[in-house]
Amino acid sequence: MSYYFLIDCNNFYASSERVFDPSLNDRPVVVLSNNDGCCIARSNEAKALGIPMGAPYFEYKSFFAKHNVVVKSSNYALYGDMSSRVMNILSRYCPEVEIYSIDEAFLLFRGFEHFDLESYAREIKSFVHRATGIPVSIGIAPSKALAKVANRISKKFPDKTGGVYLMDTDTKRTKALNWLKIGDVWGIGSRYAKMLQLQNVRTALDFIELPDDFVRDSMTVVGLRLKHDLMGKPSIQMEEVQNKKGIACTRSFHKDYTEFSELHERIATFASVCGRKLRRQGSDCNLVQVYVRTNPFKEHLPQYGRSVCIKLPYPTNSTLELTKHAVRGLKMIFKKGYHYKKAGIMVMALTPSASKQLNVFQNSDPRHLPLMKAIDRINLLSGFNVVKLGSQDLEREWKMNRNKLSPRYTSKFDDIITVNAHYPKEKTET
Amino acid sequence: MAIEAPYFEGGISCGFPSPADDFKEDRISLDRELIHDPDATFFARVNGDSMQGAGMDDGDLLVIDRSIEAYDGSIAVCFVDGEFTVKRIKKENDKILLMPENPKYKPIEISGDITLNIWGVVTNIVKRVHKKK
Repeated sequence: MSYYFLIDCNNFYASSERVFDPSLNDRPVVVLSNNDGCCIARSNEAKALGIPMGAPYFEYKSFFAKHNVVVKSSNYALYGDMSSRVMNILSRYCPEVEIYSIDEAFLLFRGFEHFDLESYAREIKSFVHRATGIPVSIGIAPSKALAKVANRISKKFPDKTGGVYLMDTDTKRTKALNWLKIGDVWGIGSRYAKMLQLQNVRTALDFIELPDDFVRDSMTVVGLRLKHDLMGKPSIQMEEVQNKKGIACTRSFHKDYTEFSELHERIATFASVCGRKLRRQGSDCNLVQVYVRTNPFKEHLPQYGRSVCIKLPYPTNSTLELTKHAVRGLKMIFKKGYHYKKAGIMVMALTPSASKQLNVFQNSDPRHLPLMKAIDRINLLSGFNVVKLGSQDLEREWKMNRNKLSPRYTSKFDDIITVNAHYPKEKTET
Repeated sequence: MAIEAPYFEGGISCGFPSPADDFKEDRISLDRELIHDPDATFFARVNGDSMQGAGMDDGDLLVIDRSIEAYDGSIAVCFVDGEFTVKRIKKENDKILLMPENPKYKPIEISGDITLNIWGVVTNIVKRVHKKK
């Protein structure tokens, strides 16, 4: 029997800000999108004030001022770095980590039924918090979809659960599924939720009682797998569930790779897949995470796994840009002497696309591939980017409104925190 | 304009690999020396002279490891009264003292209901002696 942990950072962006400015603790904090347009993250205190996700800043400006809400521009350099720290710490506790978004990861534990998973989870939670300052919640269950549910419970009832919830019996599972509204089930979008509500399916428990045929016919085989997952039979693949927070492209290789050039080629391919998906849905990303790991089942070989999160100079969905930065990330984490079994990239912190001109690459016209390749080749041979797409910045920093940007505490020496060695002033004897 | 240039997949190999390659050692790395746990390590700049006795001068760079648990005698960055401060931690019966290392300053006492927010333990001081022009 295997168990999945879903580890989710609590209010990740707000928590990252608070690490370097603890005076923000217990105060409502909101983080704005690129260009300071609207609210993309809220602390619990901000949620309690009724500030909705996506609240336009100009509309809420006076409300924020009245309620003493701390407003921050999105500091992706900081969030990306804090995310890498959390993810790398998680991989110390479990050989099988799947990063699901900037602030969520699944950990898979095989054959641990006689192991005290709950105390192990509390140990992880406490160490991540101490080492990074980021509070996390952990849901534990026999499948991914159920781990999601368990995580929701751990977050919803922090006093009772202490931020960790283990769903290890059928009674607990049934109770949880009966509590969970159908619209809140992982992987069930608003359209499916509406359709199911019309069938009198109100909770996750109602959903798993539907006949398989009905679920398959109306929600495809992915819906059916989700149903089985919720019944405690692990069936669903992470990439099958639509993820609003990011797009991942991860593969286990048929053979181990040892050379940088081999991984380079894979990463470049993943970047182009992510770029295509971003363009298709009209999004740009602000961060690209790169991830490599060895095969945990080959215990005789040295083990290594690491991820890094790269902040892009400006939001983009250009394959060329994504590849360039993903490869930069790979260079940072690649170590010679290991047998790599798995690698992946994830584009995160998605925003609506600004680069309309890239739409020329949207459809799969076969002529576009040679074009991209030709551009790549010219740039490669000349050593710098001679050929650029019309929308690329041409050495101009992307001009964004970021009036409330906090310092880049972890990526720029000029921006690190200052610690006072003169306190307390009033007690100084001079 | 057409650009014609040879392109070698996987780079160009010149001659035989040097037998010394097998014995190549990594160059000394300050990161490896100063940073025990990169995922838990942060940096801070010192502002003031209250820790002079511990070799910490104004403008020095501190390496802070959050994964280490502070003990009696650790030098730690703490968050007190709305600001970060760096002091040596001293446990005394039911109270904690944040000790400066400069006679000009008095200890800060943490007792009663106040919980001390220890942000991280200072592991190294990086001091620049040759000022950049």
